[in-house]
Amino acid sequence: MIEVEDVYFTYPNGVEALRGVSLKIADGEFVAIMGQNGAGKTTLVKHFNGLLKPTKGRVLIDGVDTREVSVAKLSRKVGLVFQNPDHQLFSETVEEEISFALRNFGFNEKIIRERVNWALNLLDLVQYRRTSPFMLSGGERKRVALASVLAWDPKIIILDEPTIGQDSRQKERLRQFIIQMNQQGKTVIIVTHDIEFVVECEPRVILMANGKIIADGETREVLTDPDLVSRSSLILPEITQVFMNLNDLGFPREVIDVYEAKRLILERLNGGIKK
Amino acid sequence: MSIFDGLKFRNVSSPIHKIDPRAKFIYVCVLFVIAVLFNQLIPLIILFLIQIPLVAIARVRREWLRLIKGSIFFATLIFIMNIISLYFYGNYPSFAYIIEHSLAMTFRFIVLIESFSLFFLTTSPDMLGLSLEQIGVPYEFCFAFTTAIRFVPVLAEEAQTIIDAQRARGLELEGGNFIRRVKNYIPILIPLIVNAIRRSLELAETMESRAWGASKKRTNIYVLKMGGRDYLFILLSLVMLLLSLYVWMHVKIPYLTQILQM
Repeated sequence: MIEVEDVYFTYPNGVEALRGVSLKIADGEFVAIMGQNGAGKTTLVKHFNGLLKPTKGRVLIDGVDTREVSVAKLSRKVGLVFQNPDHQLFSETVEEEISFALRNFGFNEKIIRERVNWALNLLDLVQYRRTSPFMLSGGERKRVALASVLAWDPKIIILDEPTIGQDSRQKERLRQFIIQMNQQGKTVIIVTHDIEFVVECEPRVILMANGKIIADGETREVLTDPDLVSRSSLILPEITQVFMNLNDLGFPREVIDVYEAKRLILERLNGGIKK
Repeated sequence: MSIFDGLKFRNVSSPIHKIDPRAKFIYVCVLFVIAVLFNQLIPLIILFLIQIPLVAIARVRREWLRLIKGSIFFATLIFIMNIISLYFYGNYPSFAYIIEHSLAMTFRFIVLIESFSLFFLTTSPDMLGLSLEQIGVPYEFCFAFTTAIRFVPVLAEEAQTIIDAQRARGLELEGGNFIRRVKNYIPILIPLIVNAIRRSLELAETMESRAWGASKKRTNIYVLKMGGRDYLFILLSLVMLLLSLYVWMHVKIPYLTQILQM
């Protein structure tokens, strides 16, 4: 359970990144945090594992104030995968990279081996086990970074811009295992601009602008609101754009799902033929 | 704000900022020579004091003070080391002399810091590069120099992100013995260095794709020109140098301890 209570955060250089954010994320929820560049998304998620402490207000993880425990301790529960994998890769092999955090948390060798194998399999990295992370492509490095966090099996998983640099197939894999993890009871939080990806996942969507939350609700409700979406410098999902234009013909506006769209169009076509 | 801000260009307008970097560089060199020339306390204190008005004119007092405060640690170190070595190996008539001499060495250090700080606080990296170029240093070197300075804040920011990313993976930087602490920095230094190298390669490629170095004869929008004020500044610096040389050769500088005992 993540509880954010009226949090303000100002960086040492004077930039006010969060201005009164309140929010609750229950265990097992799947949340997408979206918003324009500089809206405060990354700043907000850095509060979840205690890397940043609120200037005002407080953040509670399972009832514990993040000011009172170390980042290492919180990280055991809250796994945060940074946007740029190059900010964390340093080991000689992918395998060692993944075991780094496990060693920090003091797992024993047997469990470390098991967890590393599990993570390598999960992210399709088995063939790179003994490769240097620096030799991999951008997308692969990103997966190594992801594996290195998933390996310790945190209860809450935060992914900052997970889809950047991934081709469609990897995105689809990513989507599948995010959903799989979520179904296994993990809280999953993604920070992203990728509206099409979010639409396919259908999580709870939190929109941010200028350090504040401007909307919080179901995907369908939030991402089909043209005003909210444009305030977050996003563009409506393509399917929604089509249906907005078809509104004159009596189609609903709030369509985000391809299958639903197909059904609606087929119904209309059949109806037309019958006439 | 860190102590390094005392060595970083502060963009304010002041008469000192307007002086040609070359003239200021000569001033720094002169000060360096004088500071090394004398090892008595009195001239070094004078040297320290005459720069304070310049700092005030340049409107960089705050940054300058911060740097001086930041250098207190090293200054104390120098002071203590001098006292220890002079106590055991020097032959001074009394402990007061030892203290005076150690203080002199400390002031020499502060004077050097002070003048470097004044120089860097009032000279923009671009101007510095330009002046290097116009005294005949090849453009490639000047460019490398200014780029290096420009990327310092970028690297500092990146280092912070890397620290955050590794802490999110359970790395604890605090605590542990010395070896453990050093080992803890490996996961931070490697990504930092790798990224710096990667970035420099990228920078080289993007610059070459924008035709960097295409023409051998390169001209500048800005051309530094020495004016009356600059020559005056150089002249004053040189007069200071000559005066000090004269004093150094012909005047026996008394110890402060002696004066106080009279």
